[in-house]
Amino acid sequence: MREFITGAEAIGRAALDAGCDFFAGYPITPATPILLYMVKELPKVGGVAFQAEDELASIGMCIGAALSGARVLTATSGPGLSLYSENIGLAIMAEVPMVIVDCQRLGPATGAATTTGEGDVQFLRWGTSGGYPVIVLAPADAVDCYNLTRRAFYLSERFRLPVFVATDKETVATLSAVEMDRYLHEPVPKRNVAPADADHVPYRIGHPAEVPVMSPFGGPHLVRVSGASYNERGSRAWRPAELDRLNRHLAAKVDQAEDEIALVRADLQPGARTVVISYGISSGSVAEAVRLVRREGGEVSGLTVISLWPVPEQAIRDAIRDADRVVVVEMNLGQYRREIERLATDRQQVVGVNRVDGELISPDQILAEGGIL
Amino acid sequence: MTRWTSYIDESRKPYPFCPGCGHGLILDQINAALVKLQIDPRTIVVVLDIGCVSLCREFLTTNWMLGLHGRSVTYASGIKLANPNLKVFVLTGDGGVGIGGNHVINAARRNMGITVVLFNNLNFGMTGGEHSVTTPPDSITSTTEYGHLEQPLDVCATVAANGASYVARTTTFDENLSDLIAAGIANEGFSLVDVWEFCTAYYVPNNRYGRRQMEAMLERLEFRTGVLRSSPRPEYSRAYRQAVAGEAGRPTRPPQPIEARYTSRLSRRVACVISGAAGKKINTAAALLGRAAVGAGLWATQRSDYPVTVKTGYSISEVVLSPERVCYSGVTKPDLLVVLFPEGLARARPHLDTLTPADTLYLDSRLAPVQTAARQVLLDFGQTGAFVRKQEYWATMAVAAVLRDRHLFPLEALEDAIRNQSSYAEENLAAVAASEGLIKSST
Repeated sequence: MREFITGAEAIGRAALDAGCDFFAGYPITPATPILLYMVKELPKVGGVAFQAEDELASIGMCIGAALSGARVLTATSGPGLSLYSENIGLAIMAEVPMVIVDCQRLGPATGAATTTGEGDVQFLRWGTSGGYPVIVLAPADAVDCYNLTRRAFYLSERFRLPVFVATDKETVATLSAVEMDRYLHEPVPKRNVAPADADHVPYRIGHPAEVPVMSPFGGPHLVRVSGASYNERGSRAWRPAELDRLNRHLAAKVDQAEDEIALVRADLQPGARTVVISYGISSGSVAEAVRLVRREGGEVSGLTVISLWPVPEQAIRDAIRDADRVVVVEMNLGQYRREIERLATDRQQVVGVNRVDGELISPDQILAEGGIL
Repeated sequence: MTRWTSYIDESRKPYPFCPGCGHGLILDQINAALVKLQIDPRTIVVVLDIGCVSLCREFLTTNWMLGLHGRSVTYASGIKLANPNLKVFVLTGDGGVGIGGNHVINAARRNMGITVVLFNNLNFGMTGGEHSVTTPPDSITSTTEYGHLEQPLDVCATVAANGASYVARTTTFDENLSDLIAAGIANEGFSLVDVWEFCTAYYVPNNRYGRRQMEAMLERLEFRTGVLRSSPRPEYSRAYRQAVAGEAGRPTRPPQPIEARYTSRLSRRVACVISGAAGKKINTAAALLGRAAVGAGLWATQRSDYPVTVKTGYSISEVVLSPERVCYSGVTKPDLLVVLFPEGLARARPHLDTLTPADTLYLDSRLAPVQTAARQVLLDFGQTGAFVRKQEYWATMAVAAVLRDRHLFPLEALEDAIRNQSSYAEENLAAVAASEGLIKSST
């Protein structure tokens, strides 16, 4: 059976199915449909959906709610993400699980608010001070919006981290027919919380990559949370060894989990000398371009990167190993291409197919500018 | 029954504050207020803002959270919204109220159940005595080298005017300070207690400031002290739950599967663009076409574009239909172009030039003639009876006319799609019926 659905609805439904019970956001094109969906639907499952006074408050409320035991979603676009920046840092530092949907639109500042783009790809990774890692998933279509939003909730709990769903105006606003059996229903387990009958040390871990167990405000333990460097009790840390332990832990828990986080969709053709890499909305155009080439008897491989950050380096290296030419298709001026370039060997040519006029990259443009035909 | 004797870890004292600083005094009075009220410390969350006030945290035997500068009220709001049973505090300096003033005003306006204690020492103590939003006129601070020209923010008047249900202002010399704070805590809604105090590192020495000067300053600024407002009203997090109580347990919006009850002989991708005017349900009709196509076993996408003013200007929508999954939803050239209303014609101009003789233009006959290489079908809405004046149904009628003309799939699939869309189904079905005589001529 098929459904005719927008990415926005798929994201909202996935959030409810993943047990989300708190949403705070601020109206912004093209993320507003998610706010509207949550305002309407969350009370039905006993949750709270809130329109805050600005994006600074939206994410602040999300952090407070998550620390109080809620499973939290927020959604915004680039200009809102800019305002989220400081609190993304707090969420990383204090290890606060939450899912942030970035519905990207074109250009810096206000940009072209109602047109699509993928200009936040590096910003999502490096968008707060300190430079510590986050997880970013990029849906290629509405089904991905559903599946990856659910996955994002799982990962955010697993790693106590803000996890981003990096989508775009086109994907959230376009209605498309999807095959409903592609929806995945992997359960998102309840949060692992510290047992009530044992002492709880808020940030105690056994090894650097371990994720500390949470205990909510209002629960059985006294909880301390800090955006200032802290020791395992949450108190101020100032000794170099304590600072080193904290900062290496925040990086290690993500960096050492690349295998667990990595997600790509590979459509590799044996013997193909060209691999076309894409993510997000352009992946559909790449799929059509690949289909056209093969229909004409040509050989070409396609790779959709789903987990943009951390970069699934091994999966990308594996996919491009036999290629002479790697074409990177994206709705910006080559932001992710630099990640591919550092993974490619000297003999491999990496070229970009890019667009920043709000129009989608067409299969024909990929074939022509990618030098594939 | 447990009796809570202190909410401060006395063993960690002395406080790290400068000699004569008011912070320790205020913290002790907050403690005294809590001891009076006997609140379980596990139900208390103290959110601390940045500044010297944040040093209080290490002494608290409650839950606490140190967030970012100015955002303390937002975390506190999130905590309260998620769990209305918690007693939520914000301890902030005047710096935090400056950078986060918008949050303070909005929390007051909502009557969010937070008790804000403002440690108001009239300058930035932690960073070197810079001026803050509460620094009085003519003060000497490290950033008012050439005089302080700003009017101080009357925090109490601001929140009181905007809905705070409890507001008090006093000084660290007030023997009733803990009572004022306790009354704020007891209030279910938004409370703010503004406590004037000394910064002995900067403001006091730089301004030869003492108790007498502080009291004179309050008088000169006409800043009254004591309880300035006590007017309980429903607390937000509980009011929200009350407002949505009727929704609890109702089914959430379910998936909307479309049964493929019809078939289509379409053998290739077809792009249909409907260009019309905003407010004329262009988008709705295009979505119906997409849904109907799915009901006929096809794949489809529908995307739209309209100016930010949704009731004026153009509205254009692109529908792609295909026997294969549509991966690329863009349209570089329409196969079928529907043009309604003058705004739609203006917006469709770039498309008109791309059309070939294999394509079809469905044109609102009032807009003819139009130069195009495509086959033209004129739609005469003058022949649609009651729908002549109902322009918001013209797009649906045009879609029906396209199906009648091109037989992409049975018209019944469109009627099913309309029936499954609950709003205005009857009118839309009547519009489809009335579309029979719509096609005036074709070339």
